[in-house]
Amino acid sequence: MTKKILTVDDSRTMRDMLMLALSDAGYEVVQAEDGIDGLETLEREGADVVITDINMPRLDGFGFIEGVRANPAHRGLPVLVLTTESSAEKKARAKEAGATGWIVKPFDPVKLVDVVRRVSG
Amino acid sequence: MSADDPFEAIKQTFFLECEELLTDLEASVTALTFGDGDGETINAAFRAIHSIKGGAGAFGLEELVRFAHVFETYMDELRSGRKTCDETAIRAMLHASDVLADHVSFARGLIPSMDEERSQTVANDLRALMDDGGPVGAAAPTPGPSLDPIEAEFDFKPVMFDFGDTTSVPDDVTPEGWIITFKPHIRLYETGNEPALLLRELARLGPCQISLDTSELVALADLGEPSACLSWTIELDAPVELESITEIFEFVEGECDLVILPKGNSAAFVEESSAGDVDIAALLAAATAPAPAAPATDEVDIQALLAMATAAAVPAPAADAPAPVASVTPTAPAPSAPSTKAAAPSGNASAAAGGQASIRVDLDRIDKLINVVGELVIQQAMLAQSVAECGLAASSTVKVGLEDLEQLSREIQDSVMAIRAQPVKSVFQRMPRLVREVAEMTGKNVRLITEGEATEVDKTVVDRLAEPITHMIRNAIDHGLEDAEGRTASGKPKEGTIRLAALHRSGRIVIEVSDDGRGINRERVRKIAIDRGLISADANLSNEETDNLIFLPGFSTADSVSDISGRGVGMDVVRRSIQQLGGRISIASTPGKGSVFTMSLPLTLAVLDGMVVRAGGQTLLSPLSSIIESFTPKEGDLHRIGARDWVIRFRDRFLPLIDTGRVLGFAGPDAPEITGRDGIAIVVENEGGSQVALWVDDIQGQRQVVIKSLETNYRKVDGISAATILGDGRVALILDIDALVVLGRQQANQSEFKIAS
Amino acid sequence: MSDPLNTPEDAQQELMAFMAGGQEFCVDIMAIREIRGWTAATPLPKTPGYMKGVINLRGTILPILDLSARLGLGMCEPSGRNVIMVVQIANRSVGLLVDSVSEIIMVKANEIQPAPSVAMDEMKALIMGIIPVGQRLLSLLDVNLVLPEVEVEAA
Repeated sequence: MTKKILTVDDSRTMRDMLMLALSDAGYEVVQAEDGIDGLETLEREGADVVITDINMPRLDGFGFIEGVRANPAHRGLPVLVLTTESSAEKKARAKEAGATGWIVKPFDPVKLVDVVRRVSG
Repeated sequence: MSADDPFEAIKQTFFLECEELLTDLEASVTALTFGDGDGETINAAFRAIHSIKGGAGAFGLEELVRFAHVFETYMDELRSGRKTCDETAIRAMLHASDVLADHVSFARGLIPSMDEERSQTVANDLRALMDDGGPVGAAAPTPGPSLDPIEAEFDFKPVMFDFGDTTSVPDDVTPEGWIITFKPHIRLYETGNEPALLLRELARLGPCQISLDTSELVALADLGEPSACLSWTIELDAPVELESITEIFEFVEGECDLVILPKGNSAAFVEESSAGDVDIAALLAAATAPAPAAPATDEVDIQALLAMATAAAVPAPAADAPAPVASVTPTAPAPSAPSTKAAAPSGNASAAAGGQASIRVDLDRIDKLINVVGELVIQQAMLAQSVAECGLAASSTVKVGLEDLEQLSREIQDSVMAIRAQPVKSVFQRMPRLVREVAEMTGKNVRLITEGEATEVDKTVVDRLAEPITHMIRNAIDHGLEDAEGRTASGKPKEGTIRLAALHRSGRIVIEVSDDGRGINRERVRKIAIDRGLISADANLSNEETDNLIFLPGFSTADSVSDISGRGVGMDVVRRSIQQLGGRISIASTPGKGSVFTMSLPLTLAVLDGMVVRAGGQTLLSPLSSIIESFTPKEGDLHRIGARDWVIRFRDRFLPLIDTGRVLGFAGPDAPEITGRDGIAIVVENEGGSQVALWVDDIQGQRQVVIKSLETNYRKVDGISAATILGDGRVALILDIDALVVLGRQQANQSEFKIAS
Repeated sequence: MSDPLNTPEDAQQELMAFMAGGQEFCVDIMAIREIRGWTAATPLPKTPGYMKGVINLRGTILPILDLSARLGLGMCEPSGRNVIMVVQIANRSVGLLVDSVSEIIMVKANEIQPAPSVAMDEMKALIMGIIPVGQRLLSLLDVNLVLPEVEVEAA
């Protein structure tokens, strides 16, 4: 069955890049523009994996992940964060919020798919 | 650039997005300049820079990334409150925004070169601001959440052995295999990680013997809380690098106990590491002698492990008999508890957030659609005409149906036109920078206020608005606003205000540029106009007419044009470029209070409001935007001057009269003279603002028509700007007023020459 | 578009034969987009005499050229019997007003002879060669050259 991936990013460029890489790899992709949109889209559409940006208007990536985890139904849902730096600080904060793992921007499409596969089987 | 290359397409999207982000940045910085900003404003600016950097990284735009990084880092200092957002900071942000915009333009190929020196200087300024331990915090706007405390809270202690510290395993020797002990914490499950998937990754590295320790399952199950009860020991029989293994566990650092030992060296390790935070000995014991409760110490089926791992995250069934391991049913990891609403603000705004979906479409496709819809409208008009000729009753179903069809056709046409509509924001966004630059050059304090950025107009019109607006703003700052002393002397605030506004008015877009400066010096304008021979010394002009003299060609010449608004471009050029778009411009001024330039433009260049006229037996369209008035001349209004020239009286003045049919060659040379025919004079204004009258046989009414180019299949034709298709399916030509006036003048000269020779 | 003079000797070419100014001509059939009856054209000012004007061809503005006048064979006074051949010249569509179209003929490249020098100047410039077909003689028209007032890059 095709796995559905929710990408949450306020940058259209990033959403397009993710869409390109993930749909090439055979995933179904749904998109959201910020944390709130992300939570709503997740409730509405569901997803097997979530990839989220950190810096977003309205609700940032950390808040979004906390929101995801607050719903017991999404407790085991793999959530990957996109971060520009490989800074331990951001990763730690994301982990704190409940992120499964991270992808460092700019990402290599092959590695991206590899990470998605690693957390979602 | 290939449209088929998705990567290239995304790159174009990126540049478009950059435009928007730069606008947002500009808006944020402007808000801060006016003291309207708060923590969220700084955050928004930070995000804009951050997004530009992120995208630029993806496309390998290194210069851009490098600059954006410095800028972003500085913004991070501001939003965290480590640095104060004072005047110096805002000035630095303004400069940095401009340089960032230049970097984007350069990457996009819009400007030929990058001023690297300026970029360096501005970057260094930012760095200097960060280095200097300037005042912190007190006056800073409320910062975004600080990141500092998190670092302190996060006390991740690597459990992994650091091979650098051990002597037992030389760095450069890869052992023949590894023994990995892995005990997930509850946190590992909570962050969506799956032990089974990690084990699967390990199994990819080489043959694995995996044993599962479920000894804690029984003991912990009755806590009634989801808990981590399982641990695994994996014997990996492959000489892989340590990194290959640690990479697999990268995401779960701190969320599990993990011991990785080279096979055969375990003993040495225990000793070395027993001083660590973790009870290595216990773990090692588990690794070497699996707990008795483990179902199997030999090879375990991955499937079974998967089931186990899944089950492990399930909150144990409340209290009583904990099931034996073997019978744990693999179920979904998540309990089907009633879905609690996510802890996020505004949970019901789904329409607002999910809406605004958009697609990108080739302009060509839209233009095709516009053409076809134009056709539809014409066809329906033709059909209506045929039906009318049949003499059917007004109440007949055919007629009623046709009227509905007409209504629908119009709606389709309007909707299609709306597709090409774009907000003027993209033009307005360039203006703050212009204002800054001109203000700096003139040494004036200027504040720019923009209104109606969301006002929409056809894309082609948007693209061509920038130039006239630029000129008007330059002019307003340079000529309109007084310097600080002058303003103080007239009791005005030192800072001058330029207001740029867009609005819709009666089917057109109106752009206003106003200033609160000195207004037009009418005496001076009048004197210049007389000196340059534009008006006669005794001309009796109204205030409005005097103000509008500045649009006459030849009004602004070198000495009245300064470096800034000038560059050889006078207001006459502005007027011409607006007229080419089918627009008009005017000025209203109050001495001492300021001036307002108002230009109005059609919402689209695809259609034109025209007056349908007959001349020389042909049906022609005259653009409504250039028509001032039409009238039937009374006896004595028409006068011949010279051999063939005619003039006509209009409001106490005599205007040259152009015989449209004859000038275009539709009426032969032996056609009767103007006085021998009935006709109507249409007073039009040409590019220079001077007025002439066109002589036509008849006026048939006003109509909005779809503009069709003659150049698609033929070429430009003198005196004609384009063509259109009328309701009867026939082609009608649209008059090019300016060219017509020139043609008329040439023919007059030629005939005079003939007579003279 | 293939050049009929430079194609292999035995290559067959399809040509459309038509009448203009009372004489027989033909053009490469690949250049013809459609053939339609005469409809009155809207005259264009300041254009050569052979430009009849423009008509509405499904929403685009199609220039109409009187081929007879263009070839120096006198102005055509069009009636309902005349037809317009819509031809493609580079990326433009142009309507050629002719007397009538007759048939499609197949010719081999070696059947096309160079135009003799007796032809009139206007005509000679537009004729790529002549083709004898039975008792008839057809002139092969180069449509790329009929509209001198627009720059047409050789296809």
